Amino acid sequence: MTLALNIFTALAVFAGTFFFLAGTVGLLRFPDALTRLHALTKADNLGLGLVVLGLLPRVEWPFGAFKLISVWLLVQLSGAIVAQLIADFVRREEPHA
Amino acid sequence: MNAAFIFDVVLAALVFTIATWIIAARDAFSAVVGFVAYGLLLALVWVELSAIDVALTEAAIGSGVTGMLLLGAASRLRKTEPTAVSVGLPMRLLAAVLCALIAAALGFLVLFPPGTIFTLAPDAMAHLPETGLRNPVAGVLFVYRAFDTLLEKVVLVLALVGVWSLALDRFWGGIPGLPVFEQPNTVLTLLSQLLPPLGIVVGIYMFWTGANNPGGAFQGGTVLAAMWILVMIAGLQHMPSTDRRMLRLLVVLGPAIFLVIGLLGFALAGSFLAYPPGYAKPLIIIAEAALTVSIGVTLGLLAAGPPERMARR
Amino acid sequence: MSAVTLFGLCGPALVGLGLFGLITNPQPLRKIIAFNLLGTGTFLLFGVIARRGAAAGLGGDPVPQALVITGIVVAFAATAMAIALLLRLFQESGAASLDSSGPNDASEATDPS
Repeated sequence: MTLALNIFTALAVFAGTFFFLAGTVGLLRFPDALTRLHALTKADNLGLGLVVLGLLPRVEWPFGAFKLISVWLLVQLSGAIVAQLIADFVRREEPHA
Repeated sequence: MNAAFIFDVVLAALVFTIATWIIAARDAFSAVVGFVAYGLLLALVWVELSAIDVALTEAAIGSGVTGMLLLGAASRLRKTEPTAVSVGLPMRLLAAVLCALIAAALGFLVLFPPGTIFTLAPDAMAHLPETGLRNPVAGVLFVYRAFDTLLEKVVLVLALVGVWSLALDRFWGGIPGLPVFEQPNTVLTLLSQLLPPLGIVVGIYMFWTGANNPGGAFQGGTVLAAMWILVMIAGLQHMPSTDRRMLRLLVVLGPAIFLVIGLLGFALAGSFLAYPPGYAKPLIIIAEAALTVSIGVTLGLLAAGPPERMARR
Repeated sequence: MSAVTLFGLCGPALVGLGLFGLITNPQPLRKIIAFNLLGTGTFLLFGVIARRGAAAGLGGDPVPQALVITGIVVAFAATAMAIALLLRLFQESGAASLDSSGPNDASEATDPS
């Protein structure tokens, strides 16, 4: 049972870091600020979600799992708000974009 | 050579690389962004060094509030950057040699430590059960070196008075010049309505659990200050004018109560900041609660800056 | 070479980098950032000393850790004052520079109050 859980954790965390890497590649390669924001928020949220999913079997249930999931939800909330604020600012700075 | 060691090597290399980036960056904004990332990585290094209280403090104060102050200053000073005169190459080489020598001397001390390691951990743990605390760092901060903590809190208040004194004379007692949204921005309003209830709970929890687990008054107070700054920046609450009596009372409340408890130590236990046996933990919790509120208000006001306009009466 | 010694070498490297930035960068804001770097490097040295003093079932000696916490708070207070001074200098003289031969010599004409 623990072997299956370990494999699950390893796979989920690897998938999560793959999405983080994809988001960073998007940050470096996309042409302008709005597309880069899109890559960062979507890929990083999914990556963090997969990492949290992978770590869930390793913490004590329920409070440890609750803390991990609330970390993921808070990062989603603040990431979305900050991306919206930056995109709004970019929009106002370059009205022709 | 296991995975943990590889992780530590990669972490140390990242910290050094980001520090080099901070020094070598062209504009101040990039340097500040690098500084915030550097602070968070340094918090990870502190966890690897088994100092979780320090990691919390570094992430909250060292990287969070300091980063916010630096970002505000960098944005205000953006226009002055092209006019700076840079230092010539011979001076740079001399400075590089000097700094390398100092770093090498300190590194030598690290690589060849003295034979016997002098540590106070056994003494700290020996008397900890009498205080009722289980977190040894809290024991050091509030029992063994309580005088240092009192002075540290007074330093924060002094820094606040110093920052306020930098206002123009006619603005003394006015409203701080933190840039805020005048009309509540709908996007930021969502965050500043959802996050502060959670943040306040987290802040109070961090103070309460600091007696037995990593945490404490400084870390919890910083989270409370961050929530207050968020609400003020979003425009949901007006910034208070700095001559309001309640504000000044809250700033002074922490060190005042700590000082009173210290002076009570003369009467009840024989010397300054001594605790009567059996009453140590309640007194420490009272002092820490007052300190948490006071630190929250003081850090928020330090981040808001000197007064820049008067309240309309 | 253990991981703790590695972090212990990182500390002096940060001190050297911070000191270099403090001396060579002319802008005061970059000097403040470099000063913070210098401070965190010193705290890292303390942290390694604390980790090496692990005894009595603890992961590290708590006294240097408490000293570092105090140091971080005091360094923040100093940074806040330094930034307020810098912004005031910018307000008064129009240039954020410690150069004494600046363009604005008539700075006493700005605000008589």
